[in-house]
Amino acid sequence: MQAYLDNSATTRVYDEVAQAVYKTMTEEYGNASSVHHMGTISGERVAAARETIANTLKVDPAEILFTSGGTESDNLAIIGTARANKWRGKHIITTSIEHPAIQETTAFLEKEGFETTYLPVGPDGVVNLEDLKAAIRPDTILVSMMFVNNEIGAIEPIEEAGKLIKSVNPEIVFHVDAVQAYGKVLIRPRSMNIDLLSVSGHKIHGPKGIGFLYIKKGTKIVNICYGGGQQKGMRSGTENVPGIIGLSLAAKMCYEDFDAKIKKLYDLKKYLIDSLNERLTDIKINGPEWDKGAPHIVSVSIKGLAAETVLNMLSSKEIYVSAGSACTSNNPHVSDTLKAIGLDKSLLESTIRISMSFMTTREEIDYLLDTLCSQVETMRKFYRH
Amino acid sequence: MQYHAFIIKYAEIGVKGKNRYIFEEALVRQIERVLSKCDGSFSVSRVAGRIYIEAEGFDFNEVVDHLGTVFGVTGICPAVTINRDSENHLPDIDGVTKAVLDFIDGVYPDKHKTFKVKVRRVDKSYPMDSMEMGAELGARILGAYPEMKVDVHNPEILLNVEVREKLNIFSEIIPGPGGMPIGTAGKAMLLLSGGIDSPVAGYMVAKRGVDIEAVYFNAPPYTSEKAKQKVVDLAGVIARYTGKVKLHVINFTDIQMYIYEKCPHDELTIIMRRYMMKIADIIAGQTGCMGLITGESIGQVASQTMQSLMCTGEVVTDMPVYRPLIAFDKQDIVDISFKIDAYETSILPYEDCCTIFVAKHPVTKPRLDIIKKHEENLAEKIDELMKVALETDEVITIEK
Repeated sequence: MQAYLDNSATTRVYDEVAQAVYKTMTEEYGNASSVHHMGTISGERVAAARETIANTLKVDPAEILFTSGGTESDNLAIIGTARANKWRGKHIITTSIEHPAIQETTAFLEKEGFETTYLPVGPDGVVNLEDLKAAIRPDTILVSMMFVNNEIGAIEPIEEAGKLIKSVNPEIVFHVDAVQAYGKVLIRPRSMNIDLLSVSGHKIHGPKGIGFLYIKKGTKIVNICYGGGQQKGMRSGTENVPGIIGLSLAAKMCYEDFDAKIKKLYDLKKYLIDSLNERLTDIKINGPEWDKGAPHIVSVSIKGLAAETVLNMLSSKEIYVSAGSACTSNNPHVSDTLKAIGLDKSLLESTIRISMSFMTTREEIDYLLDTLCSQVETMRKFYRH
Repeated sequence: MQYHAFIIKYAEIGVKGKNRYIFEEALVRQIERVLSKCDGSFSVSRVAGRIYIEAEGFDFNEVVDHLGTVFGVTGICPAVTINRDSENHLPDIDGVTKAVLDFIDGVYPDKHKTFKVKVRRVDKSYPMDSMEMGAELGARILGAYPEMKVDVHNPEILLNVEVREKLNIFSEIIPGPGGMPIGTAGKAMLLLSGGIDSPVAGYMVAKRGVDIEAVYFNAPPYTSEKAKQKVVDLAGVIARYTGKVKLHVINFTDIQMYIYEKCPHDELTIIMRRYMMKIADIIAGQTGCMGLITGESIGQVASQTMQSLMCTGEVVTDMPVYRPLIAFDKQDIVDISFKIDAYETSILPYEDCCTIFVAKHPVTKPRLDIIKKHEENLAEKIDELMKVALETDEVITIEK
């Protein structure tokens, strides 16, 4: 049996999506900018995809900009906003648990003379709004905050933060990295006062190499790449039509029958956490209470064992999870998020992330639980005495 | 500068008496091996105690990089050559002067340098002798490039002009790795881990002309495929110099677990290493190796104190254990690791059998009699486990 439980790293593409992508690549492969019939067809498909995606957020299709994925969306949101607003100020606020696509971008801007405040988080991984309020200055131009944390599944108070930011200064641009939230949480940029929102396709059963940035009409932002002027000049480069078609179909499918699917995911999550607590000793579930966090991410520290060893053992049984965050697990440095929530030092390298999707089954969770329970005690017996 | 040839310098081989041709032929074979991977056409010949590579249509840096991996080469001299004309004449002194001036201009755009001309006339039928030619060329160079100055004792440019079958002009000597050509010594078995030291140890012994075979102890399922790939890549670093490395991957998990179960935990690493040496010794014997190689260095870690080395070395009885790094400081080892492009791979942070399931405070002064006594606890199953481990031997051949 196989159990793919690393869905926060990437997901299996829906069959329907793969078919739609294949059809676009082999039949409707025109360049969306070409004026002939095939180009027109592609252009129409892109427009329809844009509308489908806009519907999932209840926004205007003109506010959806296609990119290559989460990292590009984050880079454009932060660098593009910083450059367009620098005459107003050079202060940026973000959190200490962001994805490297944010952290490395603000670090880059710091070299160009911008200043960043990194907000702390509590033990549950959630930002305190008082800290946000205190950090806002007259020269603050941008607040960037993730919706769902990729390592522990904490959900940030986006709606309250949006209200707070706009009540202090409506000109501050509010960017939300929703890569782990889109498809798992209902997002309403308008009522949440979100100006920019980053989304990636391959986290929602869509293709890799495609994503989008929601840009609220009127937001002050400039393009950061130059070329043929596609997408109104905001993002030059031939539109990735197969990717766009796949992304929009995946987005639509994720939000269909949404409440029932989310409830099922929470049930699985609760079952997983309860069983872990019941069947294993000396473990710690990280992040907020199960029903306060995202429905698909469970972070668990297994005292006395190195995450990498557990991961290798599970991998040999065709169970796939990750250590900390998959994007950084090749790095010797341990997770910023786990440090930020104040996790005990001895547990930092003992933490694995189990991340589910709408395709995850109870059988897979049982297989994981049985394997962990039979192996952890054996491994502990041999580990670092 | 468009060079036409490379003159290869070698040192120790020259003094090996009647066996000299064996070493020279091995060196030519290794040179031909690395050149076969470069663009261009090459002809390698042994003429009058030197190796001469004629080259056409090649990339200079690619060729120099590859020649830099051939043990036995002490220097690489890129040369300009001029062929005889249709009447079998070499150019006269005017022709030689022109070639020499072009050479200087091509290689040294900044002429503010001291120089000396060294002429070697092998073809005694050439009308001028070497002293005359040297003086004449020196004078003409000074006339053409007044910024240049003669310094016969310590010149910045030592301009070599050779009158042979062809006319050769060269000045630079790019240092080679030195050592002895691969294939002239024999074969040894390297205990290769994923660390910094063992690839360097393998490189250093290979440099003495030794073919390398390697053994890696794997601990599935607790170590990853990436950890194994890392070791394959490190074997590849050595194979760049030796042409080929056969890597034996042994599943060591059960032995390790069994030792853990039966022996004191602070002695685990020592006992584990004794069994690694035993297995390496057996495979070495079966594959015609004449020694084991380890990356050990006195005092670097608990298992490499002098007491520990006594305990781990004791199990190998029928061949020597070569420890080329035994008196090296860590930084010196790291420097070589950098030089041979192993470092970036060595520091990839994957768990391997030496990092999982190890004691926090291993014994630093083990006593052989006590270790041996505790090993008696293993008597029941260890022979069977050794046999099974040897059966898991997966041989991966890495050719470069």
